[in-house]
Amino acid sequence: MAAMTREETEALIQEVLEVYPEKAKLDRAKHLAVNDQSLEKANKCITSNRKSLPGVMTIRGCAYAGSKGVVWGPIKDMIHISHGPVGCGQYSRAGRRNYYVGTTGVNTFGTMNFTSDFQEKDIVFGGDKKLAKLIDEIEVLFPLNKGISIQSECPIGLIGDDIEAVAKVKKKEHGKTIVPVRCEGFRGVSQSLGHHIANDAIRDWVLENRDGDDSFPTTPYDVAVIGDYNIGGDAWSSRTLLEEMGLRVVAQWSGDGTIAEIEKTPKVKLNLIHCYRSMNYIARHMEEKYSIPWIEYNFFGPTKIAESLRRIASHFDETIQAGAERVIERYKIEYEAVIAKYKPRLQGKRVMLYVGGLRPRHVIGAYEDLGMEVVGTGYEFAHNDDYDRTIKEMGNATLLYDDVTGYEFEEFVKKVQPDLVGSGIKEKYIFQKMGVPFRQMHSWDYSGPYHGYDGFAIFAKDMDMTINNPCWKNFKAPWKTEAASDAVKAVA
Amino acid sequence: MPSVMLRKREDGKLLFYVAKKDLEETIESMEFDTPDKWGGEVVLGDGSRYYFEPTSPPPKIPTTLQAKRL
Ligand code: SF4
Repeated sequence: MAAMTREETEALIQEVLEVYPEKAKLDRAKHLAVNDQSLEKANKCITSNRKSLPGVMTIRGCAYAGSKGVVWGPIKDMIHISHGPVGCGQYSRAGRRNYYVGTTGVNTFGTMNFTSDFQEKDIVFGGDKKLAKLIDEIEVLFPLNKGISIQSECPIGLIGDDIEAVAKVKKKEHGKTIVPVRCEGFRGVSQSLGHHIANDAIRDWVLENRDGDDSFPTTPYDVAVIGDYNIGGDAWSSRTLLEEMGLRVVAQWSGDGTIAEIEKTPKVKLNLIHCYRSMNYIARHMEEKYSIPWIEYNFFGPTKIAESLRRIASHFDETIQAGAERVIERYKIEYEAVIAKYKPRLQGKRVMLYVGGLRPRHVIGAYEDLGMEVVGTGYEFAHNDDYDRTIKEMGNATLLYDDVTGYEFEEFVKKVQPDLVGSGIKEKYIFQKMGVPFRQMHSWDYSGPYHGYDGFAIFAKDMDMTINNPCWKNFKAPWKTEAASDAVKAVA
Repeated sequence: MPSVMLRKREDGKLLFYVAKKDLEETIESMEFDTPDKWGGEVVLGDGSRYYFEPTSPPPKIPTTLQAKRL
């Protein structure tokens, strides 16, 4: 199918909106747009970060998911208590694939689920005592933990427990960092507020711990990687590039990260932000309080990697700048071979994305490096500033959809007929059953890493293996295909 | 009176950011921008106007200040 014109895309949006009742139609219309590269600001064409409509299938998560699942969860040497009923933590346990090194249950706790398992009596009489007891038990059973965070689930805010008080008392008693996080699921419109609350909790309870302590020897080349959650090892394949160009990565936020790294971050020279949506708050805070500048970068696909390496290097002296060139040169043979192998197989294929807060724009470059085209993209929980950054990345007259509903997404895919859809697990089987090749772009479909030059090779292989998989040709029953002989049809 | 975070962009322009409103805009013009007086009315990239209480000396950027919407 050829690229759609602006009018066709607009007509498609109108057609999809048709089924909604009048009020819902008005509301949803604001969230669907045709991209126009000439716009400077996204608020002219699309509305975002609004409450989802009751009655439609939204794909969003809750504030607890944003805080526990995304920001705090990967900090591996802390224990994160899912405070409240058991389900919120148990059903999301270890699902995000943030890799880490360490011995789980001894000095790292990433894939375990700690919960206060609220029962009726805790809701009626309050759960503070239980929380205090739980913290004491943790100290006995897992003495090597470096700190505890209390991640509130919905009921905590509803019954008015004072987790801050418990945290303060226990912090004194055990001499460890204990962080109460008010990330009850009902706050805000999506997981995005959870990220913000989590950032604020780090700011208030952790970041200042080493202020005034200069015992940590610094170098002029210290940086922190912020907003990389090490999905399938992403942060590792990014970190090696930075180190190769001569920088010293002091902290990883928060994939494979530790609380000590977070405490040392105020001593770095530059903060590198990968996921802008979930961690720009803390970067802005550090810029203001510690005068640490921050920049956004993108490690998906060789074009963007080279651009980012050079941009990062421009904040340092010539040795680092030469280092960046050296890194780009060194991997050139590798990534050119990847492109030579996969581009002919993927050239011209069209992709539709619908992911969280960063990848809908960040992976576009990687697809383009493979000769593919992203014809529609959208975010679950982006804000205006994310769409501002998206407009220039996307082609003209492509589709933008914010907080897309299950129905809209299906209709768009039916009409646009992309060769690949990239979204999450909830969407995967719907589209696979429709016969559309699909990749999970949250968890990399149990593959990864996708960041960095090493990641690009895996990315390219995965996309090829999905799109060119022979199974898509066998979707129709043999007797229903054109080629089936009359004899076969007669038998059928 | 929103709290506004001010920071310098790489090209030297001032960025005006209001987290609550999701507003990230450049400051296009400012009434007073001299070493001994700073603030007053500012016009943002999207045309909206805000007012900073004039201060002296100018604040150290990045910083968070209160602004009035005009
Ligand atoms: S919305 Fe509330 S109950 Fe549901 S997962 Fe989030 S914290 Fe748990």
